[in-house]
Amino acid sequence: MELEQIFQDKIDKEIRIEPKDWMPEKYRQTLIRQISQHAHSEIVGMLPEGNWITRAPSLRRKAILLAKVQDEAGHGLYLYSAAETLGISRDEMTAQLLSGKAKYSSIFNYPTLSWADMGVIGWLVDGAAIMNQVPLCRTSYGPYARAMVRVCKEESFHQRQGFEILLTLSKGTDAQRKMAQDAINRWWWPSIMMFGPKDDESPNSVLSMKWKIKRFSNDELRQKFIDVCAEQVKVLGFTLPDPDLKWNEERGHYDFGTINWDEFWQVIQGNGPCNKERLDARKKAWEEGAWVREAATAYAEKKRVKNTLRVA
Amino acid sequence: MHLNINNLLSLADDALILGHRNSEWCGHGPVLEQDIAISNIALDYIGLARNLYQHAATLINAGATEDTLAYLRDVIDFKNHLIVELPNGDWAQTILRIFFFSQYQRLRYQQLLLDTDKQIAAIAEKSLKEITYHIRWSTDWVLRLGDGTAESKARMIKAADYLWPYTEELFVDGFITKREWLATIEPVFLEATLALPSTKQLLQKGIEGEHTEHLGYILAEMQYLQRAYPNSEW
Repeated sequence: MELEQIFQDKIDKEIRIEPKDWMPEKYRQTLIRQISQHAHSEIVGMLPEGNWITRAPSLRRKAILLAKVQDEAGHGLYLYSAAETLGISRDEMTAQLLSGKAKYSSIFNYPTLSWADMGVIGWLVDGAAIMNQVPLCRTSYGPYARAMVRVCKEESFHQRQGFEILLTLSKGTDAQRKMAQDAINRWWWPSIMMFGPKDDESPNSVLSMKWKIKRFSNDELRQKFIDVCAEQVKVLGFTLPDPDLKWNEERGHYDFGTINWDEFWQVIQGNGPCNKERLDARKKAWEEGAWVREAATAYAEKKRVKNTLRVA
Repeated sequence: MHLNINNLLSLADDALILGHRNSEWCGHGPVLEQDIAISNIALDYIGLARNLYQHAATLINAGATEDTLAYLRDVIDFKNHLIVELPNGDWAQTILRIFFFSQYQRLRYQQLLLDTDKQIAAIAEKSLKEITYHIRWSTDWVLRLGDGTAESKARMIKAADYLWPYTEELFVDGFITKREWLATIEPVFLEATLALPSTKQLLQKGIEGEHTEHLGYILAEMQYLQRAYPNSEW
C-alpha cells in the first residue's frame, strides 16, 4: 500500500516513472500492452504505404514515401526499445503480434487503392495519430514519453507531406480530383474510429487517466480532430463524407454523424478487408528471415570465440 | 575523361533500377534494423539517380526532366546493366548483388571524380561516401552469411552462381577492368570461406537496351501513374 502511495504521489506531482522504479503490476501490463500495440502499428503500418513505393508517380514522391515508411520502422524500433525496459523482449512481442494475441491499429486493415491514399493516410491517419500521440510526450512513463517526442516530430512532417499530396491533386485534373475525393470518402470514418471506442465503452481508460498514461479521453480527442479536419478540407476543396457534419455554435464544435461501431468491432475482431493479408505479410517476413537471423547469430558467436582465443 | 549522354543515362538507370529493387524490401526485411538499412540504401540509389537524371536533363534540354527520363522511356531506351534488374531473390542474393555492384561502382565513381564535367565530379564525390557505406554493410553480410550456418552458406553459393555471369557486363564498356574489380571481391570471399563461382559468362547487352524480361515489369509498375494519367502534376 505504501509503495502504491509513493507511486501515485509521483504521478500526481508529474514526476516521471523510470524503469527501475516500483510500479503496480497493472501499470506495467497496461504500458506493455499499449506500447507494444503502438510499435506493432508502426510496423504493420509500413505495409499499406509500402504498397505504393514502387508505383510513386515521380522520383521526388518516391524518395519521400520511402523515407516516410522507413521512419515508421524507426518509430517501431524506439517503441520496442521503450517496451523492453518493462521486462519483455522484442521477440516475445513479435510472437504476440504474429499469433494474433497483440493488436495493432485497425486502420491498417484497410487497403490502399490509389495514389491519393498516400495523401489521405498522411493527412487523416497520421493526423489522428498525432492528435493521440502529442499528449503521450507527457505520459507518466519516462522511456515512452521520450520515445514519443521523437516520433511526434517526424509524424508532423508526415502529415504535412500527406496534405501536400492532396493539395497537388486538388489543383490537378478531374481524374486526380476524383481519385482524391474517393480516397477521403474511404478513409474518413475509419480515421475517426482511430480514437477508440466511445468513452463509456472504453474499458481501459479510467485507470490510464488516473496513472496519467492517458491525458485526454477518446471522445475529446476525436472531437478535436473532427473540428480541425472540417476546416482543412475546405482548403482542399473536397468534402468529408458525413451529411450531418455541421458547425454547432452553442457547443463551439462540429456535430457529426453516427459512427458505425459495428464495423469498428468487426475489424478489431479480424474481419476487416486486409487483416489476414497484413498479418500474413508480417509472418512471411519473419519466417523467411529466420535463416538470416540464425546465420548472423552463428557468425557473431564464431567471432566472439575467435576474439576470446586471441585475448587468451 | 568525358562522358557522353548514354554513359550518363546508363549510370542513372543503374541507380534507379537497383534503388527500385532494394525498395521492394521496405517493410519485408528479415529484422527491423536491416529493413531500415536496406531502405536507406535504396534511398541513396534513388537520390543518386535523381542527381544524374537532373544533370542529364539539362544536357538533353528539349523539355526533359528527371521524371520524363525515369517515367517516359521504355525498355529499349533504358541503359542499365542487367544485374540491377534481376529479381531480389532471397536476402543472400540481395546483399551479394549490392556487394558486387557497389565494388564496381566505387571504381567507376573514383574515375568520375576526375571528369571534366564539374557537376559529374561533384555527384561522384557525394556518392562515394554512400558507396563506401554500402560496401561496408554488404561486406559484413557476405561474411556473416558465407561463414554463418550451413544453410546461409548454401544460399550464398547459389546466389553467387546466379549473379556471377551478369557481372561480366560491368566491364564491356571498358571503364573498369575485371581484374581490378576481382581484386576487391577475392579477399572478402576468402574471408567468408566462399569460392569464386565458375559459372559462365552470358551474352549481355543491357547497356545497349537489350534487357531481360524483368525490366518490362519493373517499368510497367514504376511508370503506371505517369502512363495512365499523362500530363498531370503529382
